[in-house]
Amino acid sequence: MAPKKKDSNGFHPRIVVFACNWCSYAGADLAGVSRLQYPADIRVIRTMCSGRVNPAFILKAFKMGADGVLWTGCHFGDCHYMFGNYRAEENYQRLAKILDLLGIEKERYGLEWISAAEGQRWSRIINEFVENVQKLGPKKLGVKS
Amino acid sequence: MIAAGSGDRCRIGVFVCHCGRNIAGYLDTAAVADYARTLPGVVYVSENHYSCSEPGMKEIGRAIREEDLTRVVVAACTPRTHEPLFRKTCADADLNPYLFEFVNIREQCSWVHSKDRAAATCKAMDLVRMGVAKAALLEPAEAIQVEVTPAALIIGGGVAGMTAAVSLARRGFPVCLVERKQELGGRLHDLNLVYPVAEKADDLRDRLQKNVAKYEKIEVLTGAGVTAVNGFIGHFEVEIEQGKKKLSRTVGTIIVATGADVLVPEGMYGYDGHQVITQLELEAQLRAGTFAGESVAMIQCAGARNQERSYCSKICCFTALKNAMQLKTARPEMPLYILYRDLQTHGLKYEAFLNEAREKGIQFVRYSADDPPQVAGGVIRVRDLNLNRELTLAVDIVVLSTPLVPRHDTRELSHLLRVPVGENGFLLEAHAQLRPVEFATDGVYICGAALWPADISESIFQAQAAAAKAAIPMGQGLVSVEPITCQVRPELCRGCGLCEQICEFHAPGLTILQNGTRVAAINEVLCKGCGTCAAMCPTNAIVARQFTDRQLLSMLTTALRDWHAPAVKE
Repeated sequence: MAPKKKDSNGFHPRIVVFACNWCSYAGADLAGVSRLQYPADIRVIRTMCSGRVNPAFILKAFKMGADGVLWTGCHFGDCHYMFGNYRAEENYQRLAKILDLLGIEKERYGLEWISAAEGQRWSRIINEFVENVQKLGPKKLGVKS
Repeated sequence: MIAAGSGDRCRIGVFVCHCGRNIAGYLDTAAVADYARTLPGVVYVSENHYSCSEPGMKEIGRAIREEDLTRVVVAACTPRTHEPLFRKTCADADLNPYLFEFVNIREQCSWVHSKDRAAATCKAMDLVRMGVAKAALLEPAEAIQVEVTPAALIIGGGVAGMTAAVSLARRGFPVCLVERKQELGGRLHDLNLVYPVAEKADDLRDRLQKNVAKYEKIEVLTGAGVTAVNGFIGHFEVEIEQGKKKLSRTVGTIIVATGADVLVPEGMYGYDGHQVITQLELEAQLRAGTFAGESVAMIQCAGARNQERSYCSKICCFTALKNAMQLKTARPEMPLYILYRDLQTHGLKYEAFLNEAREKGIQFVRYSADDPPQVAGGVIRVRDLNLNRELTLAVDIVVLSTPLVPRHDTRELSHLLRVPVGENGFLLEAHAQLRPVEFATDGVYICGAALWPADISESIFQAQAAAAKAAIPMGQGLVSVEPITCQVRPELCRGCGLCEQICEFHAPGLTILQNGTRVAAINEVLCKGCGTCAAMCPTNAIVARQFTDRQLLSMLTTALRDWHAPAVKE
């Protein structure tokens, strides 16, 4: 996948990505091994399981000025801990309602399942997510702490 | 071990790896190192050509001692492969190995932003700052020791399973060998000759079966299947069904040797099982002595190396050569064609074998994947790429070389053992070079065609490798489980029991204190450290060690507060 040469309207978004150790983080590693390029506008925080991500972390990220936050984990049935990703999904659904109430555009957050074998999927999702956030521009809501 | 990092003394060392040109070629490591020097708590920074090399590790050890480091941050490749190595480097220098933090600036930075040096450098600086922020909050921890039951379960009684069973039994370990069919042997039941030694498959099977029977330590359960697996390395509780009997066994390790299916080429090249057959069907006829064809064409890559199955099944070229040679040796005048896209006859013996086949007069016709042979009414039309002309071949029998495909029940097995499946549907090992024949799940190993299409010799050496690996924890009798587990802070717990409800591993449990209050506690041997309970706990009473709220939030906060981005070019 071709890297973005120049971002739209000269804007480098700040995107935080949570990745689980066993699947999505490994998928990101595979994207690296395969040299699949994507924009450098993300900062990954590794957890052991997508279930570890407290929805409050994501609220905190937006409060601190993140332009987008992506939550990633294993596909259903692939979770190293069996059902941690189901918990992530439940938590995400509750969180999404709150983010919606806060007026944060849907393109600024997401939950994606990426396996250890899906380097291409990681790269495609990051490319698309970054592009969508770029189109929206900087997040205007929220208070910088 | 010194509980380094105890108290308020936080002296962080940062080691920026060049990884040859892999990192240094795509981002400014000197700028990253200079930046690291400015970060709070950092007292020492160095750049290494290869941090994981002997000199690189020595430098880390030296710095821990001489610079009195209490935290180590290595910015290099990925923790998924190299974290154990650097933890050990720390431990060797008497620094608690859990006071180490890994920053990934290769797989997730230099390699994926290799066309934007400025952006990659900015990102690497941020990642290092995040790593340093987490490192400052790390706590020392001691590995948890678990006893290992010195017994193994092997699932699948084919070449790989039998070999692994004998290999472990010879080391003195009891083995429970579970086979679905009524007899051991697996794919050997269907084969005729075995290459490269031209031994009869039946003879090899008999020999392996006899070898298994020699060892009392091997309990063979045929007509049986594994229905449930619980537990962890050292202590797996396995449920097995054999007919109506339900058995349970406790083992320390598990080896998967379930093999693969052979693709049935329904709808391809007029496949009918009579005039158009598979290599496996040809072998059955050769075994039984019922093959009556007068002329034969074999079509390679039938259903392989296409959009649906992108991989090369690897064994089909030899299989075709083996069967063609047998036919040709018996009847030298028989017209015999092998229609191929590419011939993969690697190694010493196989290439010699190909030359021998050419000398015997077997005709090789190269076809294009875009213009495959057309089979109709005993006639094959094919464009020969080498001659660049259309050929019409009239043959009695067309033999399709179909690939090995993942077993139809691979998904079920993957759920049962909680091991992953790769892109092509085969089970996925932890790492092809660093951890072959092992799963990411500790104590579970894999060998043979369950992993990818493997021939018999490859299945045998993989089986021996898997047995050798399984023997390590069983021989040691103890394994260390990483102290990446959860703990309850009882003063914050209000005893709601949510953690107990959601944990699949039954690690948290409520106890009633003398004063009548309910409080949760976590059994750290059962805890797998996913940290889901920590995320769900309504009072934040649960600490997910190595991934605490404070640590993760400090990474998040510092990332967003001081985010670096390259200046926008006009």
